[in-house]
Amino acid sequence: MQLPVLNSESSGAAKSGCSSHSCGSTDDQLGHLPEHIRQKVHNHPCYSEQAHHYFARMHVAVAPACNIQCNYCNRKYDCANESRPGVVSEVLSPDQAVKKVMAVAATIPQMTVLGIAGPGDPLANPERTFDTFRQLSEKAPDIKLCVSTNGLTLPDCVEELAKHNIDHVTITINCVDPDVGAKIYPWIFWNNRRIRGREAAEILIAQQQKGLEMLAERGILVKVNSVMIPGVNDEHLAEVSRIVKAKGAFLHNVMPLIAEAEHGTYYGVMGQRGPTHEELQKLQDQCAGDMNMMRHCRQCRADAVGLLGEDRGQEFTLDKIEAMDIDYEAAMVKRAEVHAQIARELEIKQAAKDAKQQLVAIEGLKAKGPATRPVLMAVATKGGGVINEHFGHAGEFLVYEASSEGVRFIGHRKTTPYCEGGDTCGDGESALDQSLRVLQGCEVVLCSKIGYEPWGPLEAAGITPNGEHAMEAIEDAVAAVYEEMRSAGKLAESAAVQKAA
Amino acid sequence: MAFEIIESCVNCYACEPLCPNQAIYAASPHFLIAAEKCTECIGDYMDAQCASICPIEGAIIDEMGVALNAPGSLTGIPPELLAKIDQQGTAAVL
Ligand code: SF4
Ligand code: SF4
Repeated sequence: MQLPVLNSESSGAAKSGCSSHSCGSTDDQLGHLPEHIRQKVHNHPCYSEQAHHYFARMHVAVAPACNIQCNYCNRKYDCANESRPGVVSEVLSPDQAVKKVMAVAATIPQMTVLGIAGPGDPLANPERTFDTFRQLSEKAPDIKLCVSTNGLTLPDCVEELAKHNIDHVTITINCVDPDVGAKIYPWIFWNNRRIRGREAAEILIAQQQKGLEMLAERGILVKVNSVMIPGVNDEHLAEVSRIVKAKGAFLHNVMPLIAEAEHGTYYGVMGQRGPTHEELQKLQDQCAGDMNMMRHCRQCRADAVGLLGEDRGQEFTLDKIEAMDIDYEAAMVKRAEVHAQIARELEIKQAAKDAKQQLVAIEGLKAKGPATRPVLMAVATKGGGVINEHFGHAGEFLVYEASSEGVRFIGHRKTTPYCEGGDTCGDGESALDQSLRVLQGCEVVLCSKIGYEPWGPLEAAGITPNGEHAMEAIEDAVAAVYEEMRSAGKLAESAAVQKAA
Repeated sequence: MAFEIIESCVNCYACEPLCPNQAIYAASPHFLIAAEKCTECIGDYMDAQCASICPIEGAIIDEMGVALNAPGSLTGIPPELLAKIDQQGTAAVL
């Protein structure tokens, strides 16, 4: 049940702000896209929240070199901001990468998307990247290919990209103003020289914008990622969103800066902070009027192999794949069967959801009362759209906002599972403290079970633990709890301030 | 007249294809420059190509042992702070 009142009424209306395309689950967010784009991103584990649970993607580390420096990156380690494996990860040759991808695809038929994102910039390693793509387009045509880039050499690569089975290109664009860029990029390598400061940012921005336009002209899907850096580009990103959309990007994904001193990055050691959940959400809301956001993006581990939350990378080490004998023709037949089966399942789920939504919409209309204030609730789930995770086992919480207008998905917040955290994690913060911090702003946490110990601290922090909706559909449970809060008079305080639309 | 790659190299491959003399080669535990082939790019480029793309301060040195990219010159982190982190770990900046 998303948007019980709004969904059925406003979908046709050309309204900005919290209109139908930016609310609800990500499936609904994609709902307003043109059909040919929906076809492409449908069942894509990175774009469809639902497909995320059924299909998998993998990355191969074939591109070690980079041609720019970002202040949030330290080439010695995995990049926390752009799901990029570090240079210390095992770099594969194109032949090894192709073998690995085919081994994984044959073993895990749900694997449908192969990405090249690093460890450096894929387009700064054009031979290695394109050799991998060329071989895979030929040998495994049922795998979608995607690539991430900083955009510096993108215009030179568009022609070549267009030749392969490229599903979409992701460009990281953190600014469109060179003065902002000078605070993010200390240097670029360009025309055989290292160029610094504003001049460097100017070239990078021009190349990114040109590359974006060229891809859009050829009908290749472009997603834009931005890292939100408070005090540097936070106020600027709404402008970025407008411009990249005007030039043809189909999705703009704003991610929070992750900067810790121990990463050894410029931002990390200089004490640049990342945004709070509230700041990130506010910016995502600001941009949502212009652009679809990808709130379920988890900045997933780039080198993980398998379905959501699992990593089967150990089954596919170089020596193991060397020993495998893969009949990809046979594998493709099996893969097609599995894909069809999943598609049927998803269809049935969607039909059930639609039927339910209509019922709720009618009820919602009946229940119209004075507007109530919105409430954030956190949910512990293993996936499948139901509340099925213990509070203590949750490595992340899904945050939903309930308001008189309905229930909408806001984003993910990661934490250290309380039961595994031990006494400390990292900088001496206990796992429970960390959970309390990531739950900041939420008034309720829904989980399948919760121990006695965290109960008190949660309540003291103004967060009501709730284990009464175990195994229920998330949106229904959130709506039910909101309804309870309304009946108990907990939502009235700012009713006078809120105006009914 | 030749430059040298030393142990702080992270094996990122960036320098290797740029060398006009094919002097750079992958080796273990890190990339190396064949001294007899390296011309310091004189006659080919204004700036030594390997040192112009290398992201690691101190990974490439000249014959005097001087880093072509000095501490702090690529990341912008003040050298004093880098020295402190080297000695005391990241606790120094917390
Ligand atoms: S200085 Fe120039 S010639 Fe010498 S190794 Fe570096 S790129 Fe090659
Ligand atoms: S660019 Fe620097 S870090 Fe990368 S391989 Fe060459 S010497 Fe090593």
